[in-house]
Amino acid sequence: MAGDLNALPMMLVRRLGSGALTLLFVASAIFLATELLPGDAATAILGQDATAEGLAALRERLGLDRAPHVRYFEWLWHLLSGDLGISYGTKSPVAALVADRLWNTLRLAAFAATLSLPAAFLLGVSSAMRAGTAFDRGLSAIALTIISVPEFFVGLGLVFVFAVHAGMFPALAIVRPGQDAAAFLRATFLPALTLALAIAPHVIRMTRSNVMRGLAGPFVEMAVLKGIPRRTIVWRHVLPNVVGPLINVAALVLAYFIAGVVVVETVFAFPGIGRLMVDAVATKDAPLVQACALVLSSIYVGVNTLADIAATIANPRLRNSR
Amino acid sequence: MSITGAARRSLRLPALPTRAVIGLAVLVALLLVSAAAPLLAPFGEAEIVSNESFGFPAVVGPLGTDHLGRDLLSRLLYGGRSTLLLALATTAIAFVVGVGAGLGAAMAGGVIDEVVSRFFDALLSFPSIVLALLMIGALGTSMPVLIGTVALVEACRVFRMARALAIDISALDFVAAARARGEGTWWLAAREVLPNALGPLSVEFGLRFTYAILFLSALSFIGLGVQPPTADWGVMVRENAKGLLYGSPAALVPAACITLVTLSVNTIVDAFADRDQDLRVPDMPP
Amino acid sequence: MKPLLEVERLVVEAGGAAPGRILDGIDLRIAPGEVVAAIGASGSGKSTLGLALAGYARPGTRIASGRIRFDEHDVLALPARELRLLRGRDIAFVPQSAAAAFNPALTIGAQVVEAAVLRGEASRAEGSRLAHRLFVGFGLPDPQSIGRRYPHQVSGGQLQRAAAAMAFAGNPKLIVFDEPTTSLDVTTQVGVLAAFRERIRSCKTAALYISHDIAVAAELADRIVVLEHGRIVDQGGARELVSRHGARRRDRALTRVLPDAEPLLAVDRLTVGYGRSAAPVLAEVSFDIRHGETVGVIGESGSGKSTLARALIGLLQSRNGAIAFAGQPLPALVRHRSLRTRKALQIAFQSADVALNPRQRAGDILGRPLTMFRGLRGAERDREVSRLLALFELPADVAMRFPSQLSGGQKQRINLARALAGEPDLVICDEVTSALDGDLRLSVIDLLRRLRDERALSLLFITHDLSCAAELADRIVVLHRGRVVETGPTAELLDRPVHPHTAELVRSVPRPEAGWLDRALAQRPATKPVAPVL
Repeated sequence: MAGDLNALPMMLVRRLGSGALTLLFVASAIFLATELLPGDAATAILGQDATAEGLAALRERLGLDRAPHVRYFEWLWHLLSGDLGISYGTKSPVAALVADRLWNTLRLAAFAATLSLPAAFLLGVSSAMRAGTAFDRGLSAIALTIISVPEFFVGLGLVFVFAVHAGMFPALAIVRPGQDAAAFLRATFLPALTLALAIAPHVIRMTRSNVMRGLAGPFVEMAVLKGIPRRTIVWRHVLPNVVGPLINVAALVLAYFIAGVVVVETVFAFPGIGRLMVDAVATKDAPLVQACALVLSSIYVGVNTLADIAATIANPRLRNSR
Repeated sequence: MSITGAARRSLRLPALPTRAVIGLAVLVALLLVSAAAPLLAPFGEAEIVSNESFGFPAVVGPLGTDHLGRDLLSRLLYGGRSTLLLALATTAIAFVVGVGAGLGAAMAGGVIDEVVSRFFDALLSFPSIVLALLMIGALGTSMPVLIGTVALVEACRVFRMARALAIDISALDFVAAARARGEGTWWLAAREVLPNALGPLSVEFGLRFTYAILFLSALSFIGLGVQPPTADWGVMVRENAKGLLYGSPAALVPAACITLVTLSVNTIVDAFADRDQDLRVPDMPP
Repeated sequence: MKPLLEVERLVVEAGGAAPGRILDGIDLRIAPGEVVAAIGASGSGKSTLGLALAGYARPGTRIASGRIRFDEHDVLALPARELRLLRGRDIAFVPQSAAAAFNPALTIGAQVVEAAVLRGEASRAEGSRLAHRLFVGFGLPDPQSIGRRYPHQVSGGQLQRAAAAMAFAGNPKLIVFDEPTTSLDVTTQVGVLAAFRERIRSCKTAALYISHDIAVAAELADRIVVLEHGRIVDQGGARELVSRHGARRRDRALTRVLPDAEPLLAVDRLTVGYGRSAAPVLAEVSFDIRHGETVGVIGESGSGKSTLARALIGLLQSRNGAIAFAGQPLPALVRHRSLRTRKALQIAFQSADVALNPRQRAGDILGRPLTMFRGLRGAERDREVSRLLALFELPADVAMRFPSQLSGGQKQRINLARALAGEPDLVICDEVTSALDGDLRLSVIDLLRRLRDERALSLLFITHDLSCAAELADRIVVLHRGRVVETGPTAELLDRPVHPHTAELVRSVPRPEAGWLDRALAQRPATKPVAPVL
């Protein structure tokens, strides 16, 4: 099978290149958006009582009076060297702040993913295998209901039940550096569970739908006529064919996750990057907004590009071309 | 009766399963009640009626008071009007833009398709909430900005769906037959393609409506959507969240209302989606 | 001898949109080693019968009643595990479309021996040796390495042989062939049929060979049963039945003498390709159509005939060459053509399922060209629609119906009626009979012939079916890999083909005469792989 070896590296290069271009575009759009923030950096730093001369001087020092495209390239350059600017609010380097919060969010994400993904995937496959039975219909109804519930309702509901009434878990997620694993898990259990519940029904439904589409495929009938048992049909025949769409499901999950993380971190006052961005927007802290947007978008673009590549590799027809 | 003179029935409505009918009934009821908020609400939208915060049960109104002592029921009714109207408006705008652009790009093909697709693809490379936060951060939290932002986010997804649908339909032979007659692009789009797209598009409208409600209330909940004192279900949840710590479920009531609307729409949509798919899974002995 | 298979009063029902009985009380016996053919048109229930033998009913159908005894087992009463073992080990299937039966994600070899390996009849290593033996037995090229290839990497004919190999893998007692050569070109079909016949004989398996073509079945079967609307209407020895039913062959169209004048359509060295550098799909195609003439364009898959239709009707940009219509140069794309030209040159597509807009009523579908090309509106238009429906032998109430409410035959007539509504001079028929079989196909050909004669219509009849074209065409153009290899009056071309490809086509057409398969095989060029006798 020598044919496919040439096509693969070319495709990889093209996709990665496209991803990089997208990142560049995203960064530029973020730059543009934050340039539109009312009031400029100088006003924000010096505050309401600033004098006109003070503002002018600071502007000159910060380089705000230079032409936009010059500022753009300077900003890009800073970005690539890891300098994300100084926060208006805390007056400290943004990069450190963002990194710290990002680490928290990633840990939360991992926790939520572990709680939801394996179980949701298996439930989706089982549901598809038993399509039409009470199990399948019941699970679909439950999934549909959970999808309809806004994440803050789930979160607040969990707080009401488990924190306020039962007292088993804290209502606010207190996360401190140097905390041991057990304390971290206990503090973040409710937010992770909320996130898990936000993602799980989507995964269940999409997995079910993809597996069912695979089962309706023509070669499945042939496999039945050959006497292949049901389990083998699903795991050996159908799943390899739906790996591509399922990878795209993973990318979609990420989208739901990012949307959910902002809300969940607000509900539980979790010190993550989602809440950081919300606070930054509320306080019009431009460098912070930029940085958060950049980080979240980059993760999104990166994961989507990888998913795209993985889905192409997984597609049997594309991978094993003549 | 002449054929051309006969009344045209656009979509023949199939029989709906029970749960979809219930969903429809609930939805219609909620919409009507919310629309009639000014008539039904016992008190004004922001009227403070009591000294007692989180008074429950019925201190003045049947649902008690919120964190400022305002009647919860009245706020709920006005909030419903605001939430549902906003969601409807954004979805409608998103659809007009998305379907128009999607159909147009698919039928026009070539350079126009490339340019328009790239534009929407670019916007789609942002996670929706990040895009929304960026725009709100740049342009403020006024109503037009809120509607515009959410509409834009939704429009991107509608565009993608409408375009894919139009391309699939255009590949069918009856469109080729129409082209071979020399029909213009406008005829092809409006008379050949669109009628066949209405089914999936209607389903999509329902779905987008639910996303709009959830998205808008999420934005209001984090403080960057509708601003108080305007009543809005998302805002109400935010305002009354503290009450939970005191054991008051005031925050959960508007959240439950959101869930009710979303669930009823989802149930209706799901019923159609099931029918459309009609997947045939063979009988597999274990 | 005790029959291997005994079917008694089998009833299979369909639910859903069109409830009814697909099989209405079938009785059937097959002796060990006997080959029985089940013949019928589409909708006769023959495929359903084949599947039911293994206790399988497609989603939306169910086996309602009856008994199936296979070699001491009561198939319909078997528990799940036994049923699974029965399938593949004792009863195997060769599917209609091999491309659909193979999983694109797994290798051919793995799938061919999968069931045998799973049942423990062979280990992995033995499995690949078994696969190799099977591939050799079916005359597949590169038997050593073909097992490692994926389904989309081999040709249609090879895949069909592999599908048959898959059925033989478990040494079953009965093999059900479900129209296995329907999707193949006639020239490929000859070789595949020969391979099947040879293998059946040497392995002494019993077989149920399902087909709509009695001429094909007669070369393999000992006995034939004829199905119609779910019932067996005739059965007997193969030769006997062929002479009874095979005489559906019709007389060839008498070649008409047409005045020699300027041709209506003149195609001059037309070259069409997709993408700039790719090899052209059509290369230097030239032919004429005279007024009132019917020209048949014959081509197998990959010949470029569909591309020709689309290029002529203006949906594709040609790379080179010119087309002249009614003496004037014809613009390549439809949007540059005048209304008069578009009125005069029309097309009817193959599959009425996708050629009719599901959201338009039949009356509106017909009405549009009436308005566009003949300026008819309102009551006048309605009257003309009714007249058209009558002309095409359709009841008047069809006008109010949507395509989903029409039968396959009715849809195809609307499809044709639409093409003729504008009163064109030349109609391109792009495989309009290919999706139909049996009586339906014959009635459509009759209809075309009648309309053509009544209106002095010119037809460009594109098809892969030589016998179909022969019934209508005055002249035939043979396309092979994008080039015209031969043209000539129908009778002459069929009796004395010049080009080897034409000759092969003529030879490969199944005939209801005993031994056509052997004759076709004997005359094949020596370079083609012939199934070796083991």
